Amino acid sequence: MTKLHVGHIQDIDKKGSRTFLLGETEIALFHLSDGSIHAVENSCPHKKGRLSEGMVCGTAIHCPLHDWKIDLRSGKVQDPDEGCVHTYNTEVDPASGAIYITF
Amino acid sequence: MTTTKKLVLIGNGMAGVWTIEHLLKLAPHAYEITIFGAEPHPNYNRILLSTVLAGGASINDIIINDHDWYRDNHITLYTGDPVIRIDADQRQVISASGLHVDYDEVIIATGSRAFIPPIPGSDKDGVIGFRDIKDCETMIATAQTHRKAAVIGGGLLGLEAARGLLNLGMDVTVIHINEHLMDRQLDLPAGLMLQEQLEAQGMKFLLGKRTVELTGKRRVTGLRFTDGESLDADLVVMAVGIRPNIDVAQSSGLTINRGIVVDDHLHTNIPHISAVGECAEHRGIGYGLVAPLYEQGAVLAKRLAGLDTAGYEGSVTSTKLKVAGVDVFSAGQFADTPQTKSLRMQDDIDSIYKKLVIQDGKLIGAVLFGDTSEGSSLFSLIKSGESIVGREKELLTGYAGGATAVSPLQRLESMADDEIVCGCNGVSKAAIGDAVLQQGCHTMGSLKACTKASASCGGCAPLVEGLLQLYAGDSAQVTVKEGMCGCTSLQRDEIVEQIKTMGLKTVKEVMNVLEWREPEGCSKCRPALNYYLGMLFPAEYEDEKESRFTNERYHANIQKDGTYSVVPRIYGGVTSPADLKKIANVAEKYNVPLVKFTGGQRLDLLGIRKEDLPKIWEELDMPSGHAYGKTLRTVKTCVGNTFCRFGTQDAMAMGIKMEKAYERLTGPAKIKLAVSGCPRNCAEATIKDLGLVAIDGGWELHVGGNGGVKVRAAELLCTVKTEEEVMEWSSAYLQYYREHARFNERTAAWIERVGLDHVKEALADQQTRLELVSRIEETLSYTSDPWKEIIAKDELRKNFEPLHQAPLTGSTTSIY
Ligand SMILES: Cc1cc2nc3c(=O)[nH]c(=O)nc-3n(C[C@H](O)[C@H](O)[C@H](O)COP(=O)(O)OP(=O)(O)OC[C@H]3O[C@@H](n4cnc5c(N)ncnc54)[C@H](O)[C@@H]3O)c2cc1C
Ligand code: SF4
Ligand code: FES
Repeated sequence: MTKLHVGHIQDIDKKGSRTFLLGETEIALFHLSDGSIHAVENSCPHKKGRLSEGMVCGTAIHCPLHDWKIDLRSGKVQDPDEGCVHTYNTEVDPASGAIYITF
Repeated sequence: MTTTKKLVLIGNGMAGVWTIEHLLKLAPHAYEITIFGAEPHPNYNRILLSTVLAGGASINDIIINDHDWYRDNHITLYTGDPVIRIDADQRQVISASGLHVDYDEVIIATGSRAFIPPIPGSDKDGVIGFRDIKDCETMIATAQTHRKAAVIGGGLLGLEAARGLLNLGMDVTVIHINEHLMDRQLDLPAGLMLQEQLEAQGMKFLLGKRTVELTGKRRVTGLRFTDGESLDADLVVMAVGIRPNIDVAQSSGLTINRGIVVDDHLHTNIPHISAVGECAEHRGIGYGLVAPLYEQGAVLAKRLAGLDTAGYEGSVTSTKLKVAGVDVFSAGQFADTPQTKSLRMQDDIDSIYKKLVIQDGKLIGAVLFGDTSEGSSLFSLIKSGESIVGREKELLTGYAGGATAVSPLQRLESMADDEIVCGCNGVSKAAIGDAVLQQGCHTMGSLKACTKASASCGGCAPLVEGLLQLYAGDSAQVTVKEGMCGCTSLQRDEIVEQIKTMGLKTVKEVMNVLEWREPEGCSKCRPALNYYLGMLFPAEYEDEKESRFTNERYHANIQKDGTYSVVPRIYGGVTSPADLKKIANVAEKYNVPLVKFTGGQRLDLLGIRKEDLPKIWEELDMPSGHAYGKTLRTVKTCVGNTFCRFGTQDAMAMGIKMEKAYERLTGPAKIKLAVSGCPRNCAEATIKDLGLVAIDGGWELHVGGNGGVKVRAAELLCTVKTEEEVMEWSSAYLQYYREHARFNERTAAWIERVGLDHVKEALADQQTRLELVSRIEETLSYTSDPWKEIIAKDELRKNFEPLHQAPLTGSTTSIY
């Protein structure tokens, strides 16, 4: 498994997101109100909406294109829609605030 | 936020703890709270003592907040330890057991005690008041060993005590000084009907009698009256009135009249000491009912939470008797005076009596006996003070306006949604409907738990039951009421109302206080709340970017492939070669794949990568065209009399003027305007939210048009002569829409819902229009160009860039 330093927790506003490229794949990192960081593939299962542009509510992201609601922890699309996005494990170094993702 | 001050509440009763409950909702962490109670119990519902006595509930059923509640809210509770003094110099509260507790704020809510008149013998065993759990227990215990009870006082409390004692198997006589019962609430005919019904239940009455002595050695054995007669009794309940508990206040140097004198904000004369509830006296009145005390508590809680409040201005009260089988209701002023007119209806066969007291065309009082189902609707008429001219008789005979038989269900149906059913807890008909339909409450118990309706005095229980039947019984026919979104069952108007009355100032606070089901809401309610708050408090409210839809967060239109489109502002659709060149240069430099005129006569640069947006804005150096938000979009114009041979007015100048005036204005939905120079209407002004059509010597204002999903022709709002009038009416109309429409509701849908006449009426008065104008101008004065802001602030700009990360092969990479 690979562990990659991708940024700092201060780089991402609360209830906000930032993106980065991992090879060909764009990944969106979300900073939730509880302080946790979640990473998912930045592409909505519906019509490839960029989830990073959506609205963060609790632990869910609402896709900016057609408002599908996706849980950021599991990557699962919430009812009544169906589907799943790929999620990545994240780690935040409590001392430095450095964000790592493993894949 | 985190500075916790110390708050001490003296008196663990209904008004005090209600204030704390409210405060916890408004400012959960603002205070470290300590409560002192003289009684050994946690906070309970005093009103329901009558029910406990009558056997309808146990003591445990009437606990409002158990010990866990105090613990969960980090409240220190001392029970059975009355406070004896407040030391205002040391800011300390001193209790009977010797505790000294520091405070920053202290609330006195010591309630009142039963008034025991100084009749010789009133200190004997077996003479009690009816006030707390202890009195209740004494009565229950006495009934085991004794048979004859006397209740002195034929008011609400006395009759409820008497009913309870009857249920306990005692022989009960009520002694009343006046000629009829409940003379403070009822007139003679209603009083006599009440007496008749209670006699039928087994109660005995001695009216017009004054007690001079209670006889007996240690324990009471009987009563003697002024007329020399006497009555045997081995339990005497005194229910002749209450006296505010002012001992603490007296020993602490507070100003006292009958009660502790407080102002509209519940301040006493000493700073940081407030008083609320029955112990307080406001504008010369001490209230002895829960509803007004809760209103006081709400004001006090808001003040302590640091929120604005208009203050408490006194209450009109209503009462019901909680005696099984007897329906009595009384509100406001029921006695006749030379200034009042009254309507009465008396039906001795069915024992129904109604009286409405009217002054200056308004309902000021009502008495109902035998059928109290209209009580709450009459009460809201009294409170609202609206004119009832022409409807008086209809109100007296019920809702059907002449028709004879109206079923109770029909009556409930016709009741207004916002009518308060449970006065104690302020629960409206709509809230009950919602609990039944949305939250699946199908029993009285769950309804109570969910809405608090009838959880206090229980006087409204028949109404609540009726509503439960109405909603649950035939749900197929009832249109299901939808909340604003899945996170709440409240609708727009209720939410806005609550924001206003409670002075809620952030999205989070609204969700907390109004008990949102999802703690952070969803993509529907968050933008709506953000809009409502900004609309209500334009000066103070700090816009929450994270509660805005993508377009408004990134100030460009998101397209299906994740790119954005940029539309610079071009006022009135009139541009210059220089601006066109600038746009062309930017388009070339950034390889903009598509340049297009929009439907609103503006230039659109499509297919721009997010990270290029700030650079493009910088180079364009033009204001944002707001082609992406719930804001003023464009003002479309024709050429008007500048070039056109038909034009009667300068449409372009007018359009530019309007676009400059309303630039960046937020709305419940997007707002589109147009100006045509003559009735040929080349700018298609009659399918806009607001469209101007010039006529010879004036302007027509058309409103509520839409060219979108559902095409709708605008309707004529008014015709005016001058440009000033155009601006005045336009501003007033736009602001009225901003203040009243639901979020996401275009003017077309809004006007269809409320009717053009309503809007015309609302704007008819110039004073009102000018007030609206000043509010829209205030709002506009706080707007700024978002593009400029983002270019200037790295903090905002960073969100347009991807994160920089170490390359895959870098030193931070590890394999494990
Ligand atoms: C039997 C009964 C039936 C009622 N029915 C109705 C009804 O149907 N509808 C209605 O609207 N109202 C009704 N009321 C009136 C209603 O209960 C009161 O208006 C309300 O409880 C007053 O609230 P409060 O907080 O001011 O006082 P209380 O609820 O009386 O609370 C005051 C508390 O302060 C405590 N206390 C006093 N002195 C001290 C001290 N020095 N230190 C610490 N604690 C102290 C007292 O022990 C008491 O617990 C009824 C009252 C009774 C007794
Ligand atoms: S609306 Fe009238 S003034 Fe304007 S372009 Fe058309 S014809 Fe000319
Ligand atoms: S692409 Fe995400 S909801 Fe349609």
